[in-house]
Amino acid sequence: MLNASLIKEFENLIGRENVLTSEADRQNYAYDATPYVPCVPALVLRPTQTGTLGKLLKLCYENDMPISVRGSGTNLSGGVVPENGNGVVILTNALNRILEINTEDCYAVAEPGVVTAQFANAVAKAGLFYPPDPGSMSVSTLGGNVAENAGGLRGLKYGVTKDYVMGIEFYDTDGELVKTGSRTVKCATGYNLAGLMAGSEGTVGIMSKLIMKIVPPPKASQAMKAIFRSTQAAAEAVAGIIAAHVVPCTMEYLDNVTLNKIEDFKGIGLPRDAAALLLIEVDGHPEQVKEETAAVCAVLERCGGEIQLATNAAEKNKVWEARRLALSALSRVKPNCVLEDATVPRSKLPAIFKAFDDIAAKYRLNMGVFGHAGDGNMHPTFMCDMRDKDEWDRVEKAVEEIFDHALALGGTLTGEHGTGITKSRWLSKETSEGTLAFCRKIRRAVDPKGLMNSSKIVGVK
Amino acid sequence: MSDLSQLVSALRSLEDRLVSCNKCGFCMGTCPVFGQTLLEGDVSRGKLALLSNFSQEILKDIDAVSARLSRCLLCGACQHTCPSGTETFDIFVRAREIIAAYKGLSPIKKLIFRHLLPHPRLLSFMMAAGSPFTGLVMPKDNNPQQTAQAPLLRRFIGRRHLPSVAGKTFASEVGAQDTPAGKSGLRVAFFPGCMGDKAYLDMSRACLKVFRHHGVGVFMPADLVCCGLPALTSGDTEAFTRLAVLNAQSLGRSHFDYIVTPCPSCTMTIRDLWGRYAANLPEDARRIIAEIAPKAIDINVFLVDVLKAVTPVEPDADAKTVTYHDPCHLRLSLACTAEPRTLLRANPGYRLTEMNEADRCCGCGGSFTLAEPALSEDIGSRKLNNIMATNADVVATACPACMMQISDMLARKGGKARVRHAVEVYAETL
Repeated sequence: MLNASLIKEFENLIGRENVLTSEADRQNYAYDATPYVPCVPALVLRPTQTGTLGKLLKLCYENDMPISVRGSGTNLSGGVVPENGNGVVILTNALNRILEINTEDCYAVAEPGVVTAQFANAVAKAGLFYPPDPGSMSVSTLGGNVAENAGGLRGLKYGVTKDYVMGIEFYDTDGELVKTGSRTVKCATGYNLAGLMAGSEGTVGIMSKLIMKIVPPPKASQAMKAIFRSTQAAAEAVAGIIAAHVVPCTMEYLDNVTLNKIEDFKGIGLPRDAAALLLIEVDGHPEQVKEETAAVCAVLERCGGEIQLATNAAEKNKVWEARRLALSALSRVKPNCVLEDATVPRSKLPAIFKAFDDIAAKYRLNMGVFGHAGDGNMHPTFMCDMRDKDEWDRVEKAVEEIFDHALALGGTLTGEHGTGITKSRWLSKETSEGTLAFCRKIRRAVDPKGLMNSSKIVGVK
Repeated sequence: MSDLSQLVSALRSLEDRLVSCNKCGFCMGTCPVFGQTLLEGDVSRGKLALLSNFSQEILKDIDAVSARLSRCLLCGACQHTCPSGTETFDIFVRAREIIAAYKGLSPIKKLIFRHLLPHPRLLSFMMAAGSPFTGLVMPKDNNPQQTAQAPLLRRFIGRRHLPSVAGKTFASEVGAQDTPAGKSGLRVAFFPGCMGDKAYLDMSRACLKVFRHHGVGVFMPADLVCCGLPALTSGDTEAFTRLAVLNAQSLGRSHFDYIVTPCPSCTMTIRDLWGRYAANLPEDARRIIAEIAPKAIDINVFLVDVLKAVTPVEPDADAKTVTYHDPCHLRLSLACTAEPRTLLRANPGYRLTEMNEADRCCGCGGSFTLAEPALSEDIGSRKLNNIMATNADVVATACPACMMQISDMLARKGGKARVRHAVEVYAETL
């Protein structure tokens, strides 16, 4: 139980200023970026040295406190909303040192609280490239990205966060340090526990050190924009490019609603009457870029796309400006915006686009669609006001129907936002009851008391 | 307002603007205070959550809300970053106003905002009368910053180094100005601001020199007062509107094309805030403000974009190094970053070397530096390190509050660079 002597113990361990107990301080860690009911923790702990993490976790565990680990709290599935009843938040954002950037062997070692963009910038300064670029990278932490297996715009060619995890050190609920993976390209030693940690959403242990893969940056790139008169044509173009076995580094989609909201917001000269835009970039060796650009253009033309190639850095920036503004533009329309991330195989994009339109019409909702078309990860975004009970109800129904369609098309509930609380209800639909039972068996084995972010993903019990 | 339920319902009036925060947390990326402390209560998302909780009676502790609201520079960086366009500046100012009405304003702030700032003659008299004692209160350090510490005032300002206060105000030195438009065909009202009137007289002299050179007529009444921003950010709307009206009446006596200031906070206040708070003013005051407030413009923008009279030149072989710090209100509220740099490049005696994070806040934030001296110093240290790394001879900026903070930081750490307003560097060439 949380009492004065336990608080004293925490204070002795991590310093008085890092044990937050006041009502206001605790309320500040009751939420993340998910439109979901907040839950006020009993205590917030902010270790500043990774060396104290084991003792800290053990102390919480021995005292039966439900633990939620939090980086920057930018989660979009409720993954860091604290647990009910005596919940404790362990903040990792003060564990923010980059320990090593090794340009000879192409890896970097960092603490979990390093902000993704700062990490990527430091790597770029050293002449290398860290590709994962989740939308919140300016504020999200690497640890959070690993725990959620965050994606981003470059997922199509470069993969997602888990593809860059070479090794992890973490503390388990007994306060023991667990080491997995290595600084080597290959490592077949023992279980692939790093693989388990990626996407574990704080249910297994607390990460203290991450060894991340970094790669040589591409030498050349070509950005382009294609304007389409129908969403189906745009969807077919994406499917066609993939089927032609070209892998652009990024292939993003904006629908008519989104591009019009961007025009309302900033007026950057997008064609308001276009049904959809595709923003595409290919990168690599200059010759490869030339070839792939030609191949991509051929498919775009065949599908009726009107192509504009960026001829310099300013034009390239202009192409991506539209994509950067998409979320802001949609967020401004109404007080809230619900951003989903259902994902389908690329060949099924035409079908899911049709489903999005039908669902928005059926539930009379304002919806803009944008996202990572190249990897099938779309963001149907509902512009709404949570205070409007009736509308909120319709949003929830629409979201559920989107999940059903995505699954029916062989897709997945979440491409990059994680399961957390908000998607856990549908997990058995995508997998099976047996899968859930197996996950719970693993959870009980590493967390016998069921205290590690207990309600998230599949729950412990 | 002394009743808690009145306070709750007053804060509830902010609800419509509070709901636009989607809690994405992008404000963490640009907030200078959060950048230092990494605490959720120090960033806008956290502050907005607490305001919302208090107005819904989930949180009872108004002192906790108030304390967090004061840990904000009102630099506008969060609002600039916010995807959903939450009007944090306005929300925080309104909240401070509502809370000040409930808790009452501190006696010292009341004295300053309501009795000193509205009376320019009283202030000038105090400066003149106090001048012989300046050496006693603020013994000079003889440092390159020409700043002074004030041991007798340590209780109020800590170990801060202040600009040595001149014996005379700028207004009493040059007197009221009223010259017709010259070859430029333009006539401006010059608003030096408190710092331009009382501390950075060289900056104000440079402004007049530049106007004269370019044939710009100048109107500067002798009874201008503070723009009102310090009162507003402390929640004293009454004093703020009074100061706005006094200024408007004074400026309304003549005609001019622009109100030019060397202080972006004054420009922002006149252009964007006077009108916003004018709704309850008498008709004639409202009319004058509506007419003149939109004419406010920053001096850098005026010289470069309106006069179009500034041409960059190649630096001399033996040019000194100048680096430039972007003031938050200039960069964010007035969207001006290129113009001051153009002024610097127009002086062949200097070569511009950009510092790292030139656009990061210096940590002054007006009264923030008095309310939160330790935080202000922490934020300032980062700026100082970035400045020192350039080895610049001169740190130019375009805001007297930034000038004060940067000279203070340099003086404390023995930095050799001189701090100057961009217009001073430009005026050297004329």
